Parts: sequence; structure tokens; C-alpha cells
Amino acid sequence: MTVQTQLKLVDFSCHNLKPINLQVKPGETVSISGKSGAGKSLLLRAIADLIPHQGQCFFNGQEMNMLEPHQWRRQVAYLASESLWWFDSIGEHFNLPLNKQMTAYLESMGFSLDTLNWNVMRCSTGERQRLGVIRVLANEPHILLLDEPTANLDSGNSLQVEKLFLQYQKQTQCSIIWVAHNQQQIQRVAQRQFEIRQSELIEVQA
Amino acid sequence: MNVVSLSVVDLSLAAALVLLIALLSYFMQLKMTQTILVAAIRTVVQLLLVGLILKWLFAQEDFIWIGLMWLVMLLVAGREIMARQTRRFKGVWGYGVGTISVFVSSFAVGVFVLTLVVDNTPWYTPQYAIPLMGMIIGNTMTAAALSLESLTKTTWQQRMVIEARLALGQTWRQSISDIARQSIRIGLFPIVNAMAAAGLVTLPGMMSGQILGGTPPAEAVKYQILIMFMITAASGFATLIAVWLGARHLFDERQRLSTQRLHAER
Repeated sequence: MTVQTQLKLVDFSCHNLKPINLQVKPGETVSISGKSGAGKSLLLRAIADLIPHQGQCFFNGQEMNMLEPHQWRRQVAYLASESLWWFDSIGEHFNLPLNKQMTAYLESMGFSLDTLNWNVMRCSTGERQRLGVIRVLANEPHILLLDEPTANLDSGNSLQVEKLFLQYQKQTQCSIIWVAHNQQQIQRVAQRQFEIRQSELIEVQA
Repeated sequence: MNVVSLSVVDLSLAAALVLLIALLSYFMQLKMTQTILVAAIRTVVQLLLVGLILKWLFAQEDFIWIGLMWLVMLLVAGREIMARQTRRFKGVWGYGVGTISVFVSSFAVGVFVLTLVVDNTPWYTPQYAIPLMGMIIGNTMTAAALSLESLTKTTWQQRMVIEARLALGQTWRQSISDIARQSIRIGLFPIVNAMAAAGLVTLPGMMSGQILGGTPPAEAVKYQILIMFMITAASGFATLIAVWLGARHLFDERQRLSTQRLHAER
């Protein structure tokens, strides 16, 4: 069986980043680190087609522009480091009723179906962040673009989030681009490691 | 009933009251004295000029002059809408969104009422065509300005939320739907309030004017109802058009939120 390329960037760039050529295989996780302001978030947002870019980006052979923007974003999902909620209750942000899989994710993160009735205001930053992690899986994306998904979490909850993503990856063979600072976390989740240095994406040795 | 004609002396008495207020504000150091006086003088000069123009215009049978007057009203309204925005659109859109929405809504409703409801010969008889259209344009201007202000300002404040919603696979329409609905509601507040309070809290200006001018109240009331409904319809269309055009222009062809299309806050 030939291994299919899931995500492919060809001379892809945004803002002042130098053109990037990168392929991420199914079931593979690559990490991106770099100084604050280096352009990590911009790169992820450009891949999710949330901001303009130059060059090309393919998902399973399909170029970004061949898909409707919202369809692209459902398959190539961007999770921002700050988890935002706009309705009053948690549940309003999900397609209810939750299917079996989503309920299982919820429970694996220490929540229950009752959590859906919670008022967003009463949730802590950490709770909102973990619920945001579950919410991004609702569309069953094939590519996950994670922007410091554990930034606001303690080490126990961080491990829980890592576990959930890796479990989801095992089930779906999705590709993950994981922006992180914590070197230990990078070692745990990523098969290949990259760093943005002086506007250039460079592969670093594990 | 006879109309009491106002003499220069009568108006001077009223002017004395304004002077009194100006004096008071001077002694109370409100820093409003000059503003009040200039505004009062503007009122006199502008209204006298309009009186002269209307006198001349009412004598004209030619549609061209009435159409020209409407055009001036529309262009001024468009400029006012733009001037009210904290974050207006860059380029031609800054002027265009408001002007187009007022144009389509006011002229559709105005011409509809003039031809089918008032039904004069000719339908553009200036005595009706100028004040009716003026009231419609003036009120739709307010509605469009309020709704556009709400749309652009709230979108800017909630740009992160909108992007988060797009990232979850919502279309541009879905991602901005709450803000758009709220903006339309805000644009319609003034006229809905005016309708709900009409007669109970205030006697609307046009009706008061007609009654003072000697029109029987029952007749004045009917015209006021007509005006209210016209304004409501026109404001409704104007806010819908302004918010739809504005919201669409806040996203680019790939449905990415483009707040860079807005000017910086003033």
C-alpha cells in the first residue's frame, strides 16, 4: 500500500514568511515552534484559509480553491489558542444531540452531558479550552491545525488533551500540525519537528 | 380656521428667548454660547433659503427640477451616513453602501406612494413630492447610518469570534448572522419607537405643523399615518440592504473576514 500524502504545501507563504514546501502524511504529527511573533499562528490560519496566502495548498490532491471555503475549513480545522464562545450555553455551540463518539470525547475529558447546559460565563479558562478541543472534532476534520492547544492548561489536563488528539488521530489517520513551545510535549506528540527562524520554516533534528 | 401669519416682530420675540439661553450658557461657562448662536443663525439662513427655493420649485412643472432636488437630498444623506461611522468602509464603499441603500429604499417607497396612494396629476407635484421624499430620505438615512455603525463596529470588536466561527466551518453568512440581525434591529429602533409612542408621547412634527397651518386634525392624522408607514417600510428596506451589502463586503471572495476594508477608528 502506498502512503498517501494528506496535506501538501507548495511554495506556500503568507505575510513575510519565506515560501514553504511541506508534506504531511496521514496519521503524522509535525510540530512547529518558534519565537512569539515568528508567524506560527499566521501560517496555521493561512492553511485554514482564514487569511490570504501565496502559493498552493493541497488536501488529498485537491487544491484549496477547488473547495468551497467552509468545506475546506471543516476538513482542515484550525484551533485557536484562545477558545471563544458566543452563545450563552455550552450546548448551543454543538450540533445536538451529540453522537456517541462526541459523548465519549466529552466524558474522556472529565465532562458529562450535563456540561452542555452550563453557562459559558461560569466555565474557567481551562474548561473552555478543553471544551474547545472537543468542539473542533465535531466536524471530523482530516487535518488538525493546533495553535498551542494546551496553553492555558496544567500538566494533568495537558496530558489529557494530548491523549484525546492522539486517540482521534489513531481512529481517523488525520494529520496534525501542532504549534507548541514545550519541548517535552513536542517530543511526545510529533514525529517531525520544525521551527520558524528568521521567517523560514526549518526542520530540526529530534 | 384662519392661519395666524407670523410677523418679523413675532419671530424676534422667539429669537430673544434663544439669546437669553445663550447669555445663561455664557454666565454658566457651558462653552456653548457660540455654538447656540451659530446654530440659530444657520437655522434662519438655511430655512429662508429653502423657503425661497421651495417657492420657486413649487411653481415649476418640470420633473427635471424635482428630480434634481431629490438627487441633492440623496447625495447629502449619503454623505451624512458616511460621516456618522466610527469605522467606515474604505474607498467608494464608504459612500456607496449608505447611498445605495437609501436610494433604493426611499425611491421605491416614495414613488410607490406618490403614484398609487397620493395619486396627483402629475404624480411628482412638488408640493407633495418634495416634503414626502424629504421625510423618507431623512429617516432612512438615520436607519441606514445606525445599522451600518452597529455592523462595522460590532464586527470589529468581535472579529476573533467571527474567525472562530469560520474556522468551525460556518459560512460567512452564518458567522455574522447574529451581528447582522442586531444591526437591523438597531436601525429600526427610532421608527418603531416613533410609531409606538405616536400621539401618546409626542405629536409628530409634520402633523403638528399641518394643524398649526390650519389643516383639520383628522386630515393631518391621516397624512401622519401615511408618513409613518412609508418611513417604516423605507427604513426596513434600507437597513436590510445596507447590512447585507456591508456584511458581504466584510468578507473577501474566499469568505475570509476582511476588517482591513474598514478605516481605523475615529
